[in-house]
Amino acid sequence: MADLRAEFLGIRSPNPFWLASAPPTDREVNVTRAFKAGWGGVVWKTLGLDPHVVNINGPRYGGIHSKDRTVAGFNNIELISDRPLQTNLDEIKAVKQAWPDRAVVVSLMVPCDEASWKGILAQVEATGADGVELNFGCPHGMSERGMGSAVGQVPEYIEMVTKWCKKHTRMPVIVKLTPNITDIRLPARAAYAGGADAVSLINTLNSITSVDLDAMAPEPTTDGKGSHGGYCGPAVKPIALNMVAEIARDAETRGRPISGIGGITEWKDAAEFMALGAANVQVCTAAMIYGFRIVEELIDGLNNWMDSKGYERIDQFVGAAVPNISEWQHLNLNYVVKAHIDQELCISCGRCHIACEDTSHQAITQTVNGVRRFQVKDEDCVGCNLCAVTCPVENCITMVQMTEGVDPRSGQPINPDYGNWTTHPNNPQATGVG
Amino acid sequence: MGTTSAVGDIASGRVTPEQAAENLGDLHPLYTEHQARAEADRCLYCYDAPCMDACPTSIDVPLFIRQIATQNTKGAATTILEQNIMGGMCARVCPTETLCEQVCVRNTSEGQPVKIGRLQRFATDHLFASGETVFARAEETGKSIAVVGGGPAGLSCAHSLARQGHQVTVYEARPKPGGLNEFGIAAYKTVDDFAQREVDFIVGLGGIEIKCEQRLGENISLDDLRQAHDAVFLAIGMGGVNALGMAAEDSAGVLDAVAYIAQLRQAKDPSRLPVGRRVVVIGGGMTAVDIAVQSKLLGADDVTIAYRRGQEQMNASGYEQELAQTHGVKIKLWAAPVTIHSEGGKVASVEFARSHLDKTGKLVLSDDHFQIEADVVFKAIGQTVETAAVSELKLQGGRISVDARRQTSLADVWAGGDCIAGGEDLTVAAVEDGKIAARAIHAYLTEGA
Repeated sequence: MADLRAEFLGIRSPNPFWLASAPPTDREVNVTRAFKAGWGGVVWKTLGLDPHVVNINGPRYGGIHSKDRTVAGFNNIELISDRPLQTNLDEIKAVKQAWPDRAVVVSLMVPCDEASWKGILAQVEATGADGVELNFGCPHGMSERGMGSAVGQVPEYIEMVTKWCKKHTRMPVIVKLTPNITDIRLPARAAYAGGADAVSLINTLNSITSVDLDAMAPEPTTDGKGSHGGYCGPAVKPIALNMVAEIARDAETRGRPISGIGGITEWKDAAEFMALGAANVQVCTAAMIYGFRIVEELIDGLNNWMDSKGYERIDQFVGAAVPNISEWQHLNLNYVVKAHIDQELCISCGRCHIACEDTSHQAITQTVNGVRRFQVKDEDCVGCNLCAVTCPVENCITMVQMTEGVDPRSGQPINPDYGNWTTHPNNPQATGVG
Repeated sequence: MGTTSAVGDIASGRVTPEQAAENLGDLHPLYTEHQARAEADRCLYCYDAPCMDACPTSIDVPLFIRQIATQNTKGAATTILEQNIMGGMCARVCPTETLCEQVCVRNTSEGQPVKIGRLQRFATDHLFASGETVFARAEETGKSIAVVGGGPAGLSCAHSLARQGHQVTVYEARPKPGGLNEFGIAAYKTVDDFAQREVDFIVGLGGIEIKCEQRLGENISLDDLRQAHDAVFLAIGMGGVNALGMAAEDSAGVLDAVAYIAQLRQAKDPSRLPVGRRVVVIGGGMTAVDIAVQSKLLGADDVTIAYRRGQEQMNASGYEQELAQTHGVKIKLWAAPVTIHSEGGKVASVEFARSHLDKTGKLVLSDDHFQIEADVVFKAIGQTVETAAVSELKLQGGRISVDARRQTSLADVWAGGDCIAGGEDLTVAAVEDGKIAARAIHAYLTEGA
């Protein structure tokens, strides 16, 4: 069995799976249940100053479902902790004492003045918590009051507040980033420039999950009105992966600690975030749909995968995929693939044909010799992978590399050498061509 | 076959009225909204879908299922009914396992087709429950058509023609329309008076008048109809039943399955019907299964379907055979009836010869005989067209001969459903006949084709 123990900013946990700052980590009873279930750590739901905020009494969540009600994602309009600050502090202290081997990090969101941050940091430090996470991410409610993503969208504010925090606490400081910006590298650079020990991302995405067409109001609806909420769950994972990767390979931030968040549901999701440079991961939505017990599968699945790959510790694969993230212009234009349909696996649904015929390159037959049969026409196939995407049978359609001969589509011989756009004759800015 | 007991053990009330009602209740209850959507989600929305090709009425199955998935149930029902006005009944009685569901690509990927029939019922039932209409008639053309027979073929043709603006009169021999949907299909396949509700929906379009108790050759004639109308569509079904041609066939307890089912379907309290303790059904089609299962459900103790050929030759589908067997009906294959034995005018047993096919595929009866005791023997050995009333038409194998457009040997007479040569004895095929004929009749009336 692989060793899943994780150390993030000096904070130890028995596994890299933390619960993100959110309703599941709102109070002692939940966190205790989470630790009993096996979670390695928690980021306590965001604390603010007294008097505590209040939540609406209407629905807080709006879901996106498949036809059989699998949850693809949901959004929320819940605010930060709506309990008195001291209650939270007392519970954090009790939990940390009861579970010394687990990570307890506290999420914070107070107004943008140094005194407020200084004050709350001292109070958190007194609980014995392992670290703090600055909530610069929440896109709803709090942002209207100049906090949350209102800070996260201005790199100068991020840097300023992070500096205050580093100045006033000995605890590690994690900065949680909002994805509701155009270039994630700028807030990340600002956080590290302010002295952040790590960034965590992504927080939720601005969203309206659906519109009630009877009431003509967005969901979730309170008294006929709805406001945008923060979108999370499996649907946001690709966005999160890209943002993590952007930071992991940016020259200014490369190699700095990242805590990956965004739709992690199963062990493979976690492994992907870690391969892209996240030293640990935080989970929320999956737990909110299935309960804390999912951590058993996360731990076991990651463990078995690591064994199968010969990884003994998680740091052996964290960031392993980062060198393979490339700019488009550096992709090898001489690498040629053709779709291949395994006729044994093909169930003849015809979706590859019609997808290719209507929307791509007319490279898949509908019939061969008058019989229903879906076969790739290599002379038309550009290897785009759309057929494999639409195919309902796993591994039925694969992309097979041509390593020799002539590409029947282009009529050009397969070139075994690497060649990219930067040197391509069609590129007006090409370099290195005569 | 068990110990001998008194012959003629036929009695009503073998089950209570409540049990009868429950036993003859819906075989496959209507899907709930969630079940329908989850099942609809399994449809892969195939291109040039095999299920659509397999449907005799070419329903756009992927489209209607997608409409269910997207909560456009009315749209789904319209897609179905546009191709098959009896889509509601077909959803209940089609042998989908040998039609659309047999070719569903999900069979290949996971051995379970999308439940197309049940989804079709979900869509059509919801439309009927809503009371909404989806079709409108074109402007009146002033043309009138006689449709003889108010079963699936006749009503399908009538609806298509009425939509085109023609005036249709349906002449129905029985006291009410519906044909085999109303009189000939097992009760558990079509509960809650569905056949009549479907007729009401069809007639609700307008332009269709149904005249009951009008039997061709009795109070109406083909000649008169040709005089009175611009065109005639014959959908007279098969009114005659085959006989075994055996002595003692007229013994008490030897019954015609078709007539008995008609009686059962019209019975207010089926538990009052006389039911044999030991029942033998002779035949291998859907009617044989329908009568065998219903006998069992009405309290028969011992029910055997005896068929002179093998399982592969049975007209009853594999699904129907299984339905019989799971209801405790025995299926005895390679059993050719040779003699009915009676005692005191009552049937006592049926004697069978063990049979097989020779190399040329011809049925051969051996000398090895055996008997099955019976209080009731049902004949379910096929029906015949009563051709006397249509003697002026060209026939083929005892049925009315038609061309691809369902036109008979008379230029103004068309025919479809079970009464035509090549008829498949399926509701869905009859509906298609009606559609095809209506198209041809419309062309004939408007273009003089």
